[in-house]
Amino acid sequence: MWTFFHKLGSPPHFYRLSLLFSPWFAIPGYLLIAWGTYQGLFVAPEDYQQRDAFRIIYVHVPAAYLAQMTYAIMAVSAGIGLIWRMKLAHAVAAAAAPIGASFCILMLVTGSIWGRPMWGTWWEWGDPRLMSALILLFLYFGLIAMRSSITDTAKADKACAILALVGAVNLPIIRFSVDWWTSLHQSATIIRKGGPAMDAEMLWPLLANLLGFSLVFGAVLLRRIRTEVLYRERRKRWVRDLVLGDGAP
Amino acid sequence: MSGPALPGLIDGFGSIIRRDLLLLWRRPGDLLNPLVFFIMVSTLFPLAVGPDAQVLRNIGAGVTWVAALLSMLLSLNTLFLTDFEDGSLDQLLLSPQPLPLLALGKTVAHWISTGLPLVVVSPLIVMTYRLPSEVVPVMMGSVALGTASLSLVGAIGAALTVGLHRGTTLLSLLLLPLAMPLLIFGARTVSLAAGGEPYAGGMNLLAAYLVGALALAPFATAAALRISNE
Amino acid sequence: MAMFDMGDYGPYVWTCFGLGLAVLIFNEWHARHRQKRMFRDVQVRVRAKEGDE
Repeated sequence: MWTFFHKLGSPPHFYRLSLLFSPWFAIPGYLLIAWGTYQGLFVAPEDYQQRDAFRIIYVHVPAAYLAQMTYAIMAVSAGIGLIWRMKLAHAVAAAAAPIGASFCILMLVTGSIWGRPMWGTWWEWGDPRLMSALILLFLYFGLIAMRSSITDTAKADKACAILALVGAVNLPIIRFSVDWWTSLHQSATIIRKGGPAMDAEMLWPLLANLLGFSLVFGAVLLRRIRTEVLYRERRKRWVRDLVLGDGAP
Repeated sequence: MSGPALPGLIDGFGSIIRRDLLLLWRRPGDLLNPLVFFIMVSTLFPLAVGPDAQVLRNIGAGVTWVAALLSMLLSLNTLFLTDFEDGSLDQLLLSPQPLPLLALGKTVAHWISTGLPLVVVSPLIVMTYRLPSEVVPVMMGSVALGTASLSLVGAIGAALTVGLHRGTTLLSLLLLPLAMPLLIFGARTVSLAAGGEPYAGGMNLLAAYLVGALALAPFATAAALRISNE
Repeated sequence: MAMFDMGDYGPYVWTCFGLGLAVLIFNEWHARHRQKRMFRDVQVRVRAKEGDE
């Protein structure tokens, strides 16, 4: 069992294993999204208050979940890379950031579009969730900008790791501070997602999409990690053999 | 080694501060530039927004804090830059004192040169924006706490971006998420005080942020310095 | 089609789902594109080195 994890840390083994596992992430993932989306759009009954507009939840919530989960994965792997000096961990962090940023943007845009008909506004400067989401986006941008500014891979890895960890510490602080600000803010709007209790018929598509998005994220992440590994290990023998062996990635 | 280790630490800490302040004395621009910028920005708003006292009172706290943030950002850029360029940074990294302590020393010197002048000047803002004069101690206190935290946290960003191409833009981008809680706490506290409402909660939060930053930031800065100097 | 209208919220709902689809497609495409490019670049590099030896 321990040898499995140990092997996982070795780039060539990881590469091979991830090739094996990727379809098992991608195919169920896309199928789940297909089912969840269909159910959510056409089968789930309309919401009592929001009517059909609530269906945006089936895109917005998975996006929000992934935006935050990706950051967590990134911060943890960056920390592992920094503390235990695992090269592969740094590759995971590097691969995850752009995916996280894309879901963060999706979360913000779908949230804004959802807000317009529901609460009459595209954006609300006092809302804790909106503020935290915006800051998360800036953290992602900072990380991506940082990584592209430093040419030396090892140096970039460590710098981005520190940044990711500092951001991780800061996220709860930001959330707390905005909460405090809004609690004293006269005209605070409280945005509730889809209401407190959900019909089973409404809930299942949401769960399906959540799981589906996560699986698809996993598949895309694995592919990006493979790309990172190819680059980082480009001088190693196993990469040479791989690249000269067959034509397909 | 003979003798207790403690004097070495205090000596090292003290001499870093002394050195930076001496350099500041020789180059007063480093002190004046951020200060002038702060005053400029704070006077631009009344010009643009108009003399309506109520409007000014509403935006006073926020403007002060944004201006303070921008001024600090301006001077944070060069916090480690000159040392990096002339090789002093190498010396710092090689010295026997713990690097976090030296990083803290540089941060303290930075605050004295940039943050403290802002604190001194902030009562002027109270006047300019027609805020009640009772707000002055709250303004000065919150700016003091906030700029101190900014120096600490900004030093991390400065250390990460020293010598990088387009480091300034990157530093601003990095600093924004970190400075946001301070902006919110600080501006809110002054607003509350201006409205006669209890503001102790805000001050406490600012103080708590500072304590947290004091405990953690020097270590992150030290790690960042090592990485940047490779 | 009532289905399509989504009770007058049609534009909002469909835009969101469209964006969601776009993000999924983009992620998949971009990851594949980068991988192919990297593979080719490394291949070129390695072949060049082999040629030198």
